[in-house]
Amino acid sequence: MTTPAYPALPRRRFARNLPHWTVILSLVVLAAALAMAVLAPQLANFDPTRINAAMRLQPASETYWLGTDSFGRDLYSRIIYGARVSLVVGAGVAAGAILIGLPLGLLAGWFRGIDAVLMRLMDGMMAIPGILLAIAIVALTKAGLVTVIIAIMIPEIPQVVRLVRSRVLAARAEPYVEAAQLLGTPAPRLILRHLLPATIAPLIVQATYIYASAILTEAALSFLGVGIGTETPTWGNIMAEGRLYFAMRPWLVFWPAIVLSLCILSINLLGDALRDRLDPKMKGRAE
Amino acid sequence: MADHTTAAPPVLSIRDLRVSTCGREPVEILKGVGFDIAPGETVCLVGESGSGKSVTSLVTMDLLPQGELCATSGSVKLNGEEILTATPARTKTLRGSDMAMIFQEPMTALNPVLKIGLQMDEVYRAHRRMSPAERRQAALEVFASVHLPDPPRIYDSYPHQLSGGQRQRVMIAMALALKPRLLIADEPTTALDVTTQKQILTLIRELQEQQNTAVLFITHDMGVVADIADRVCVMRHGEMVESGTVEEVLSRPTQLYTQALLRAVPSLTPRKPRPEVTGTPAIEVNALEKVFQIGSLAGQLMGRAPHRVHAVNRVSFRLAQGRTLGIVGESGSGKSTVARCVLRLEDPSAGEIRIDGQDIARLRAGKALASARRRVQMVFQDPNRSLNPRLRIAESMIEGPLNLGESRASALGRAGELIEVVGLPRTSLQRFPHQFSGGQRQRIAIARALMMDPEVIVADEAVSALDVSVQAQVLELLADLQAKRNLAILFITHDLRVAAQICDEVMVMRRGAVVEHGPAAEVLAHPRHDYTRSLIAAAPGRDWDFAAGRRLEVLT
Repeated sequence: MTTPAYPALPRRRFARNLPHWTVILSLVVLAAALAMAVLAPQLANFDPTRINAAMRLQPASETYWLGTDSFGRDLYSRIIYGARVSLVVGAGVAAGAILIGLPLGLLAGWFRGIDAVLMRLMDGMMAIPGILLAIAIVALTKAGLVTVIIAIMIPEIPQVVRLVRSRVLAARAEPYVEAAQLLGTPAPRLILRHLLPATIAPLIVQATYIYASAILTEAALSFLGVGIGTETPTWGNIMAEGRLYFAMRPWLVFWPAIVLSLCILSINLLGDALRDRLDPKMKGRAE
Repeated sequence: MADHTTAAPPVLSIRDLRVSTCGREPVEILKGVGFDIAPGETVCLVGESGSGKSVTSLVTMDLLPQGELCATSGSVKLNGEEILTATPARTKTLRGSDMAMIFQEPMTALNPVLKIGLQMDEVYRAHRRMSPAERRQAALEVFASVHLPDPPRIYDSYPHQLSGGQRQRVMIAMALALKPRLLIADEPTTALDVTTQKQILTLIRELQEQQNTAVLFITHDMGVVADIADRVCVMRHGEMVESGTVEEVLSRPTQLYTQALLRAVPSLTPRKPRPEVTGTPAIEVNALEKVFQIGSLAGQLMGRAPHRVHAVNRVSFRLAQGRTLGIVGESGSGKSTVARCVLRLEDPSAGEIRIDGQDIARLRAGKALASARRRVQMVFQDPNRSLNPRLRIAESMIEGPLNLGESRASALGRAGELIEVVGLPRTSLQRFPHQFSGGQRQRIAIARALMMDPEVIVADEAVSALDVSVQAQVLELLADLQAKRNLAILFITHDLRVAAQICDEVMVMRRGAVVEHGPAAEVLAHPRHDYTRSLIAAAPGRDWDFAAGRRLEVLT
């Protein structure tokens, strides 16, 4: 009886403990975006709003690294400053949607009466296309950072509520939740102690997707001219203005588009990786 | 049982098989296991969870999880062909045609979105050259051979449209479709009711005799072993502790572990009844009913009558302090619904539930119900899920007392005492549930119930998920606590052996109604109702006296 040739597979095992290379690349891209936003005054070569009529639509040069737009403003500096709006909008929308959606979802999951009413309301909201609702809200009020965040946030709320509710419905069937009921734990404490923790992991993942979609929606609003005004550069309104000169200077659109796409891609990849990490089933596999 | 000829070469021959985890620090899971199975023979691998019985079957099927477990030495020969060194393509061909496997849970082993016929068809398509018409014909014949009613209907059904027993028959049909030489059955009846289990075991035996199949049967149930095994291998911690013919191992076990394992099997003979107790019962249930209505609001508005299920139909019983009432029955009998109504996890549709004279059936949620609930506590079936995995043991245990307004310090003090009462060290309080074994967790769950100082404990299949030896310890603990604290215990179980050992009274339920109710000695020894009789007849290993180690002559 000889020993069969059964090579152990240490490589796969080892690789499982390290994040995938796409995750590392995503983190690098996002760190760069964050640096752009925080260090914008240091990184930018020019004031992003300074108009210079003599230097309109310049090609890329040593002074203007990515060229200038139709008002003679430096494209590179505008893209750097644009990161600020994008990141703030993403964070604001994700945080706001969860702050409002999480309590609603917990209530809907636990109290059947609230559930019946609230979920029909949420179904109604989900039936309205998000971007249309956002356009309507911005059009009715004055466009500004806060209005834009609120406008983008509202269509995201039903998704958070649905996610939290489904997790609560699953968790409330767990024997330990029934045990808590038998121990006389009042509903508020039961929800906070036994149900809330079960929703956190999927919420973190959902937050990354909301973050990415909020940045995209903000860019779309700016592009359509209903978002934040051009005096504050955003990746969306840079593209909107560049569109008019697309035939002459396509890079006015391409550069912000590339930066935007890279950010969205990175956030989504990160969300995927988080989902795999936080999924208890996947955890079981790794052990 | 079967008189197989030892001359025939073995179908499966395992020698000094060693399996360990892959990685930098390999842990040996199987430490030199070896046995043979001859054609037509049934070998039972018995052992408690973690003993390595399932890993042995996975190696044989070449289905070890890749990159996690690897066979390090030894040999596994199927009909003389080495499995360990065979190519994946070769073992894939062998699976199905030469060896087949039946799993524990027939629902998860079948694809829920494909019709049974299609899944059966796949078996033939993968291994045989047959025309579609021939394949269908063959499938229908196999379905008929496993005694499935109306094979054409089964062929066009989805898995969820069949009962558990029917699904397991389908699995057996698939496994035996190509007439394999070796059948591996990994706890194939554990998820089934006793009467269904009996039928499935008979079916495997019958097909085995027809096709002269070698069967490797994995089980933790000594009763099943006594019923079907020709030879037995007892496993523990990846080692083969003892092996021999079923008579040898069960009547003259040489190893201490085997002896302990056999001693832990509860006897079907009811224990001596305790004296009757008079006075107000701790719990009294009168004409309890629970009707589930299944139907959508939209359907009701359109005048469609909702589908009504009478889960509990006029159930009444009284239970005095210090005594145990067992509710036995098969799945769907309504026994758990009775328990959930008593605990008010479900709202009863009608009837009374009196705890110490107070009717709690009509109490609305809130203060009144919370204080009534203190007096009835529950021990759940699955100790892995009944403790919040994110909370330390101390936090789980003092949750109830804190709700009742006890101070944290005094609750923690009592928790420390109670955790020692259930046989765990005080330091356990600072740990998390996953750091304990199943039996230990069940002890913690009992301690948590006791923290509320209850009068009644409802144990819903509280020992069903535990190994026999652990089961015996937990039952002993419950009996001990009952004597000391004068607890009334409502014990829900499907296991007649357990019921016989701990219950004073037994109530047999079927389809929501009580069919027989009386002292345990009376009901289990002299059943009046046909259903009770069929339940007792189906109990595995009932013709084997585990304490005395011999077959029982008299069969009532």
